[in-house]
Amino acid sequence: MNVAVQLWHALVEPWTQDIMQRALAEVVLMGVVGGALGCWIIFYQVSYSAESLSHALFPGLVVAALLGLPLLFGAGAGAAVAAVAIAIFGRNPEVGRDTAVAAVVSALFGLGAVLALSPGSPPGIEELLFGDILGVSRLDLLLAAGLAVVVLVSLCLLHRQFLAVGFDRSTARSIGGSPTLADVSLLVLVALAVLVAVQGLGSLLVVAVLVGPAATARLLVREMVPMMILATALALLSGIIGLYLSYYVGMAGGASIAGAIVAVYLAALAGDALRRMTGAGRARRQRLEEV
Amino acid sequence: MSDRTGSGYLAEVSGLRAGYDGGAVLEGVSFRVEPGVRIGVLGPNGGGKSTLFRVLLGELAPLGGSVDVRGRCGFVPQTERSRLDYPVSALDVALMGTLSRIPWWRRPGRFERQRALEALETVGLGKLAGRQFGELSGGQRQRVLIARALVQDARLLLLDEPFNGLDQPSSRLLGSLLDRLAAEGRSVMVATHDAGQVRGWDLVLCLNGRQVAFGEPESTLSRRVLEATYGGEVMVLPGNGSGRDSAILAPYHHDEVAEEHRREHGR
Ligand SMILES: Nc1ncnc2c1ncn2[C@@H]1O[C@H](COP(=O)(O)OP(=O)(O)OP(=O)(O)O)[C@@H](O)[C@H]1O
Ligand SMILES: [Mg+2]
Repeated sequence: MNVAVQLWHALVEPWTQDIMQRALAEVVLMGVVGGALGCWIIFYQVSYSAESLSHALFPGLVVAALLGLPLLFGAGAGAAVAAVAIAIFGRNPEVGRDTAVAAVVSALFGLGAVLALSPGSPPGIEELLFGDILGVSRLDLLLAAGLAVVVLVSLCLLHRQFLAVGFDRSTARSIGGSPTLADVSLLVLVALAVLVAVQGLGSLLVVAVLVGPAATARLLVREMVPMMILATALALLSGIIGLYLSYYVGMAGGASIAGAIVAVYLAALAGDALRRMTGAGRARRQRLEEV
Repeated sequence: MSDRTGSGYLAEVSGLRAGYDGGAVLEGVSFRVEPGVRIGVLGPNGGGKSTLFRVLLGELAPLGGSVDVRGRCGFVPQTERSRLDYPVSALDVALMGTLSRIPWWRRPGRFERQRALEALETVGLGKLAGRQFGELSGGQRQRVLIARALVQDARLLLLDEPFNGLDQPSSRLLGSLLDRLAAEGRSVMVATHDAGQVRGWDLVLCLNGRQVAFGEPESTLSRRVLEATYGGEVMVLPGNGSGRDSAILAPYHHDEVAEEHRREHGR
């Protein structure tokens, strides 16, 4: 009895604090955006683009921190610069897109590091690299919430388009789909999602929430919408676990969230392997009966 | 086979030249598709069948001539490239046919689901509507794509070698499905290597880098036409009691023959 009360108290206590409430709000925003969008990132195989983008916008974050602007603005400007640079260098057929992306990303990331480590800059480069979920301001949250709404509404509007193009892009046009529209809007949405989550997870860890929960959900369910819902739930769960760890154990917030995401994925992977071993025979028998 | 002469055609192609960066691979193509006909498209490997379909679908701009396709075109590709682990059921795929039929921000409602179920019913897959697409057999997946074209309400269906890899019962099933679609007033163009089967259809289009012939199978599929289509590499088998011969391809040489043919014609 007494133990239960204590446990309850321990579970509730963190959320009585202002800082933790804001952190939770950020977890919700990035969980919803990352979970839902992540499913498309996986099936369109753009994880690498998402990762590149989140690293390439690093100098933007640094400049925003130096100027004392909301990080979101810096991240947005950084992402735009990166996109333009990749578009320009990727156009050169002798360089090739792949190489252009790698070169631009390393160059920008290096530039960010140089700026961040210059004598005049305020301390706190880790926060830009790994996120500062306990330091999210009200303004940051409002901006992120606005972007999250844009992402979610777009996902609803574009759902059938994404589904049809992702299914088979070679015949998508014959049913009125547009691969170009799907690809471009997906990348824009990925950029917006990175902006939403970068505050909490930083330039290096943000891709975890964009890919991890969706990869886990994909192991567990086999329809798109349930997959998106489950991925969102898993992202929220990991985020909350991460916040508890950070509150009680004192681990860095962003790192513990990313760690929880990976742990949940590994658990699902193990469960899936187990199910395959025990369930394969049963499924085969069932199939035979149906025919 | 209604109304073969009126102006209500579904597609008209005249003097078409089509190809890729390397130049034309198909030329001199002129034909017209009226509603309710089954058209066999014969030709060797590399003869230009898939290229013609891509032009009709608007995916490949013609290099010359004119292409007028009225209404919606459905397509079942030669090698279906969808990922088998993609999270959709047969019903979901059939519902994709509504993409251009309802505003793109709307979700398919009860009416659309009903339509999609009926289409799956039509292709004989009503019972498997909830089955994961990737878990269906190749022939079943192909019929799901036909159902998708029906939901799309395509008036003209292009099927690229749909009989490849089907066993006899599946072939018969697909054959009678095509008959039924034509009876509904839809037209189907079917790329195939089975000249015997084409004899049972309404029209045949023979391609070999150019249009060799177009017309009713009885009068069109002469030995001369078949040889021009397949470059002289035709094995003639006795027909099944119809008094005509069926031709079957010798299984190799066709690419070379097509190349040679193209070279002879100065490309
Ligand atoms: N994407 C492409 N780029 C360049 N050339 C192509 C392309 N696709 C096809 N070709 C060429 O066009 C010619 C016609 O090809 P097509 O695919 O239309 O033949 P097909 O009649 O469908 O053959 P098959 O029976 O093997 O399917 C071939 O010589 C081929 O090499
Ligand atoms: Mg072909």
